[in-house]
Amino acid sequence: MANKISINKLNFYYGEKLAIENLNLKIPANEIMSIIGPANSGITTLLRTMNRLCDLTPDVKIEGDVLLDGQSIFSEHSSVTELRRRVGIVFDVPTPLPMSIFDNVSYGPRLARKRNKKPLSEIVEKALTEAALWDEVKDRLKIPAMSLSGGQQQRLCLARVLALEPEVVLLDRPCSGLDPISTAKIEESLVELKKKFTIIISPHNTQQAARISDRVAFMLMGKLIEEGANIEVFSTPKDQRTNDYIRGRFG
Amino acid sequence: MKKKFWKKFRDRLSGRIFFILALSTISALVVITVFIFVSGMPLIAEVGLFSFIFGMNWSPSQGQFGILPMIVGTVSVTLGAALIGIPVGICCSIFMAEFAPAKMQVIFRPAIQLLAGIPSVVYGFWGMIFIVPAISSNLGGLGMSILAGSIILGIMILPTIISISEVSIIALPRHYKEGALALGMTHWQTILRVQLPAAKSGIVAGVILGIGRAVGETMVVIMVLGNAVAMPESILDSVRTLTTNIGLEMGYASGAHQQALFATGIVLFVIIMILNITAQYITRKKVKK
Repeated sequence: MANKISINKLNFYYGEKLAIENLNLKIPANEIMSIIGPANSGITTLLRTMNRLCDLTPDVKIEGDVLLDGQSIFSEHSSVTELRRRVGIVFDVPTPLPMSIFDNVSYGPRLARKRNKKPLSEIVEKALTEAALWDEVKDRLKIPAMSLSGGQQQRLCLARVLALEPEVVLLDRPCSGLDPISTAKIEESLVELKKKFTIIISPHNTQQAARISDRVAFMLMGKLIEEGANIEVFSTPKDQRTNDYIRGRFG
Repeated sequence: MKKKFWKKFRDRLSGRIFFILALSTISALVVITVFIFVSGMPLIAEVGLFSFIFGMNWSPSQGQFGILPMIVGTVSVTLGAALIGIPVGICCSIFMAEFAPAKMQVIFRPAIQLLAGIPSVVYGFWGMIFIVPAISSNLGGLGMSILAGSIILGIMILPTIISISEVSIIALPRHYKEGALALGMTHWQTILRVQLPAAKSGIVAGVILGIGRAVGETMVVIMVLGNAVAMPESILDSVRTLTTNIGLEMGYASGAHQQALFATGIVLFVIIMILNITAQYITRKKVKK
């Protein structure tokens, strides 16, 4: 299967501090890739690099390259806004914009002026359905997004990303503050969604990684320790540190 | 034991002292308010509120106390200042909060603070020497005009608008911006559609406080407005504002005339109160949300 994203020899510095060291990773299309590891391993940094949100942080230095469909995301010719439409992100805390549910979802597509002229209401319904939120909010699309519960807000953020019809969806600990039912709903929809998108997730625990991912990568202190198919990594890890981590000995 | 007692005593004493000092601030407000109202109310009662506020003639020696021309003066100069100060101020705050590189902020921020620190008489002097002759020679008339006052007041209210708007943009949760950018919005779209609407209440509060400052400003308007008590017909006409009226005539007024000046003060006081309460209401609503 073709690689959607290839990360080549990536070094990432915050000022002098090395956050990601010599990282090589190939992410196949239409699979769920889980990146696991303890806090401060550089996972969030890696995700934020993939759609260049890291540009917002002052004083960062990036060496190496990240290729999306074989094109460097850092090249002068590629547009950052275009990249972010193709590579959407859901953050670890729900981040609805201060507007109504409908506007939160329809916002991106409206600004992107999608080539297919589907009516916005259709796009919104589809995205909310995909994010397993439609049934809960279909009668009150005009209320402020902030009045939803945390779990609903997070699914709204997922819907907002899906409405842009991206190619890659990044999820940075998307279920960290959520109840088990919302978590299950998000996991279900992710498994369904990988048919259309490539999904890269930093799961909030190893069980979640084991449940939903096709491939698993383990990072520690900014280094990629091990990467492989879900079953291989969880049943026969090659590295002792991976073994320790997934058996819960640390992190 | 003894040590503990002293500690407690000191604690309680310092609390009391701070309370008394805080009280003195509020009592100053109360005393001034009561004083103005007591001194001005008799005249309003005598002349009638309606004919005081809507009267066209102000000639204290003939016992005519109508302040409508001055209300119009205050409103027109304030509007002019707002037209100049609000767009420039908001744009400047957006630039400072979103675009200015750190090095430039280091220069800009103190410079804007300095603008707030220039004494108003210096602004007025600069207006007399520079703005007034420029208007007179380019647009005709005396130059002492609503336009001149608006330009200078517009500059004077900039620091208030800029600093409050900037703070309210910077104080927005980081995820508004990141969420919007992550959706593929451009920086400009993010500012216009997400950050400005979210910071709206802070910006509006800054604007209102700035306008309050323009309404209350005295020295500058005395120096550049020409102070004619008449209905203006264009922005090149001379006007007198409520503050100017008090400032110019208080020195020699007595009797009913003096009361009329205090009554002018009441009107001014009420206008400023309304503006400040509005600003506070708007900012508080934001906190509640």
